[in-house]
Amino acid sequence: MAHVIMPKMGDGMTEGTILRWLKKEGDSVEVGDIIAEIETDKASVELPAESSGKLANIQAKEGDTVPVGAVIAEILGEGEPAQVVGSVELEPSEPASPPTRKEPVVTAEQAEPPLQERVKASPLARRIAQEAGIDLAMIKGSGPGGRIVERDVQQFIASRQAAAQVPTVEPARPAAVRESPPAVGGEPLSRMRRLIAERTTITKQTVPHFYVTMDIDMTEAMALREKLNAALPEQSPKLSVNDLVTKACALALTRYPQVNALYQNERIYPSQEVHIGIAVALPDGLIVPVLRHCEKKTLRQIAAETRHLVEKARAGRLTPEEYTGATFSISNLGMFGVDEFIAIINPPAVAILAVGAVQKQPVALEDDTVVVRSRMKVTLSADHRALDGAVAAEFLRELKRVLENPYSLVE
Amino acid sequence: MALITYREALRQALTEEMERDPSVFVLGEEVGRYQGTFRVTEGLLQRFGEMRVVDTPISESGIAGMAIGAAMIGLRPVAEFMTFSFALIAADQLVNHAAKILYMFGGQIAVPVVFRGPAGGGAQLSAQHSHSLESWYAHIPGLKVVTPATPADAKGMLKTAIRDNNPVIFMEHAKLYSTRGEVPEGDYTVPFGVAEVKRKGRDVTLIAYSQPVLLALHAAEKLAETEGIECEVIDLRSLQPLDMDTVLQSVRKTHRAVVVHEDHRNVGFGAEVVARIQEFAFDDLDAPVLRVASADVPIPYARNLERAAFPSEEDIIRAVKRVVA
Repeated sequence: MAHVIMPKMGDGMTEGTILRWLKKEGDSVEVGDIIAEIETDKASVELPAESSGKLANIQAKEGDTVPVGAVIAEILGEGEPAQVVGSVELEPSEPASPPTRKEPVVTAEQAEPPLQERVKASPLARRIAQEAGIDLAMIKGSGPGGRIVERDVQQFIASRQAAAQVPTVEPARPAAVRESPPAVGGEPLSRMRRLIAERTTITKQTVPHFYVTMDIDMTEAMALREKLNAALPEQSPKLSVNDLVTKACALALTRYPQVNALYQNERIYPSQEVHIGIAVALPDGLIVPVLRHCEKKTLRQIAAETRHLVEKARAGRLTPEEYTGATFSISNLGMFGVDEFIAIINPPAVAILAVGAVQKQPVALEDDTVVVRSRMKVTLSADHRALDGAVAAEFLRELKRVLENPYSLVE
Repeated sequence: MALITYREALRQALTEEMERDPSVFVLGEEVGRYQGTFRVTEGLLQRFGEMRVVDTPISESGIAGMAIGAAMIGLRPVAEFMTFSFALIAADQLVNHAAKILYMFGGQIAVPVVFRGPAGGGAQLSAQHSHSLESWYAHIPGLKVVTPATPADAKGMLKTAIRDNNPVIFMEHAKLYSTRGEVPEGDYTVPFGVAEVKRKGRDVTLIAYSQPVLLALHAAEKLAETEGIECEVIDLRSLQPLDMDTVLQSVRKTHRAVVVHEDHRNVGFGAEVVARIQEFAFDDLDAPVLRVASADVPIPYARNLERAAFPSEEDIIRAVKRVVA
């Protein structure tokens, strides 16, 4: 008899929801057969059987949310009686042999992120951080061997409070209005909403953002795009403006690795590999699938893969590897006609590009003649701990150069 | 209050208890005519006579057996071991008899006996005569183990030991006999199982017993002066029963602790204290709990090597700095 457990699909996953059982009690299953669909914070994934036999004793109904490691069903061998089970402690040292499977599916084993260095912290520091709702990964330890000790957490809390207090320019509003509780009702946060709330709050409070905006002439790039799309067979998907921007970013980032960097534990890790996260709106939030190794990809590859990832994201089928590990991100609200906006960085990356709409505008030339050009505004949000305004500006100037001389995009 | 030595304090306790209760008597090697190897029993023979101050042959097993037998028939013997290093030969009497008789006889026969004498070393007595061994006794259910560090506790706890209906291992320290301290006059007792905060501090809890309490206090003074680190020093006084409440209360305040004892580090009593701290105050700890103890070697004779093997003030200071790092 084998237990079917709620798998750990990524770091930080503590529970999962059964979306759907694809097999019912009594069904015969083979190793690798998909028996259920599971929803994590970020995606839904398929759960393959890790042994063959009869599915029995389903413990979690569709819609149930259960902790990682909980037994959700059993697979009985030939002639085995069903047993009542509770839960097993999951330290996924488990399955002895990896399941052999016919199609690529994600298993708990696969999804397990590479072994990460455990955050060293004293028990007291852990307790205080937990009570204050602080992620220890954001704190640098000053104790022996980098251990996070009480004073580090206290200092972090103090600095956070100080940061929170600085802009206390209270709008002059009547106290009664401000303090009156919201009317009855209110919806509890969905898991994704809650996650977004937590992460953006912490990021905005702890990462010193600064912003640099650049106006880019897209006339040439739009013309190139039109030519390239015209050459495509009728039914094949077209290149988008965002694909051009992604490719241009990949080129500019390889020249400015300071912008393509990770900031962790007071160290900066500039990356030669360019993994670009593309923010995708979902009905209940957003997700940032990651386009890997953009530095090696052609414009067409970028376009095709982005399309594929966006489709998977909207279907809620991204695997954890597909939405983690970005070294840079792009958020594009141009399709909504947004002129310009600023985005929140996606740590540990140090920068994100907010892309506005391409709009026809009158432009005054050197000789004082006025012409109509296609313009686009981009705003880089950057982490001031890792880089400064001048580098951000140089990066944007390079991005502008590439997009205004767009043939390097297809070289 | 009178300023007297640890030795005099013990003698006062013996004298007062022998005056108070005729069933109390003293036995051991050289306790009578020779007046005691460390002069603790000085004057007792003259005062109470040979019936109550009994010189024994050189047989620790015999001394212990005789004391246990006397206790079983209703007397209150105080048996002196010349040192606890010599008590090893009486181990069967202590462990299998003194500690077990009440239990084996269904609670019908108590063994109100005190085994006292110096433990520890530090006077170039070498490997065979420098044992501490309190952890051995504390390991045995049925024995009480106390280790007073001051004259006041020596007197008050010896009285408590004599009045206790259970066998008590009363461990003194040769280096403490000549230390002086204020001792309340007249009849008073110090209860077992109550640790004492000897010095208040906010940064680190230093836990010690017997002679190393003085070492810890000196180290604490030096740390306060030179480093501004304020150590809270706790004297456990009694190892069995053990007052963890006082220790835990302090650790919950300082979040750091160092245990100091003269016994070897390996499987020493400090290991028990550390285990209980992490068991009951895990979430209050901001650093690992360290032990300062003797090196795990036979105690050397050579002065320099002996010094190096025993815990020192510098060792304590180093450990404290490590836990506040």
